[in-house]
Amino acid sequence: MKLAFEVNGERRTVETSPWKRLLDVLREDLRLTGTKEGCGEGECGACTVELDGEVVNSCLVAAGQCDGRRIVTVEGLARGGVLHAVQRQLVACGGAQCGICTPGIAVCAAHVVDRGLIAGCDDATARAKIRDLLAGNICRCTGYQLIVDAVIAAAREVAPGTEGAR
Amino acid sequence: MTAYLRPRDLDEALAARAAHPDWMVLAGATDLMVNANHRAAPTGILDLWRLAPICFVRAADGEIAIGAGATWLEVERDAAVCTHLAPLAAAAREIGALQIQARATLGGNVGTSSPVGDSLPVLLALDAELEVASVRGRRRVPYREWCTGYRTTRLAADELIVAAHLPLPGPTTRTVWRKVGTRRAQSISKVMGAAAITLDGDVVIDARVALGAIADRPVRIAAVEAAVRGQRLADAAHAARAAVGPAIQPIDDVRSTASYRREVAENLVARFFHGMMQRADR
Ligand SMILES: Cc1cc2nc3c(=O)[nH]c(=O)nc-3n(C[C@H](O)[C@H](O)[C@H](O)COP(=O)(O)OP(=O)(O)OC[C@H]3O[C@@H](n4cnc5c(N)ncnc54)[C@H](O)[C@@H]3O)c2cc1C
Ligand code: FES
Ligand code: FES
Repeated sequence: MKLAFEVNGERRTVETSPWKRLLDVLREDLRLTGTKEGCGEGECGACTVELDGEVVNSCLVAAGQCDGRRIVTVEGLARGGVLHAVQRQLVACGGAQCGICTPGIAVCAAHVVDRGLIAGCDDATARAKIRDLLAGNICRCTGYQLIVDAVIAAAREVAPGTEGAR
Repeated sequence: MTAYLRPRDLDEALAARAAHPDWMVLAGATDLMVNANHRAAPTGILDLWRLAPICFVRAADGEIAIGAGATWLEVERDAAVCTHLAPLAAAAREIGALQIQARATLGGNVGTSSPVGDSLPVLLALDAELEVASVRGRRRVPYREWCTGYRTTRLAADELIVAAHLPLPGPTTRTVWRKVGTRRAQSISKVMGAAAITLDGDVVIDARVALGAIADRPVRIAAVEAAVRGQRLADAAHAARAAVGPAIQPIDDVRSTASYRREVAENLVARFFHGMMQRADR
């Protein structure tokens, strides 16, 4: 089928099987290799992208289901060469080590921050919520603490509910 | 080459379902696309993802109707569900993690009909009815009659699930859901269950108690329901614990041993009634 959809704000078209995983369309057809495959089973979150404004595992989305939809990948987080606050803070706080989980963490964390999902929470509540919201993103390196620190720092930087501070 | 259809409305979906019974019915794809790159492509895909007429959560006439296409994220964010159907909201919050909840649908959980489907004991305990449709018409199936065996259901080859209808629990009915797994997110239940307990003061008038992961399908535990009727809550907790063991046949598998599951099921069921005791006091 001919798949026409919006990826990181650009209209893209791809000739593909409707059964192909969105993950493979992104990596192979569009050469957007920032999105990683960890498990291919929906367990690890390395392949996380936004689909119509919600975070999903791109290994569990069929290409056909993306026709006419809006996708944001890790490549779409930075604007005009400036990293998203979450990306800057993952670097600053040491929230990325080997890096395989990092694109998925960045997409999910940017979603959490930009949607204001921890807005107005005190520090302890925000930390608990971040762990809950990012529970589908497995990281074998950092022990999570530094990732949580990075999301907290990014949320402070970005005004909730705005596209903000990119 | 895999055919693909995204129907515009339910009639088109039902016509396609009747014309192509061999096509894969795909919703959030969180069951069907696991390891999809290693699996044979289907002949065709009937894509129900975001099919508007089945994507709703609607409170009306003493019930809440949840469209088969509603995601668990939509269910857990719905104010009426959180207020009146707390066990369903609780189950929704523990299905996978955020990325799964954003895609996984009620219709998919009911369609897969796994013994570990987390919403299924809730549908049993709340005495839900399923609405299914085909080109032949619509019908309602009480959820307690839906599961016919391990991952098999009463869905006919030309039918689609439209919605689940959940009657609102009465003012003296308390409801509860609890899951035991290795961790809260992304974990397949070792044992989980739900109960709807109708009280007169602290006396149990009636109870529906359902468990998952302890048989080939989600089940109501009639022996427990009978044992607690007419008992005060404190006694009901003991009676429930004693009744559940002989009534279930949990299995040994990679996730747990049968004896562990049995013990957890006993504690779980006892706690349903103990928990009510604290709430009845308040
Ligand atoms: C990492 C991970 C974690 C998970 N954790 C949990 C968990 O904690 N608890 C739990 O219960 N489940 C869990 N699941 C399983 C899955 O997410 C749920 O069963 C979910 O509700 C399936 O919904 P779906 O829309 O994605 O289904 P799909 O995969 O799209 O479909 C599943 C089945 O239902 C059928 N179907 C779907 N909609 C209809 C309809 N309207 N009419 C007829 N048939 C239909 C399909 O044909 C298919 O047979 C998990 C899955 C993954 C990958
Ligand atoms: S690769 Fe998709 S969740 Fe792991
Ligand atoms: S940084 Fe290595 S898995 Fe997270």
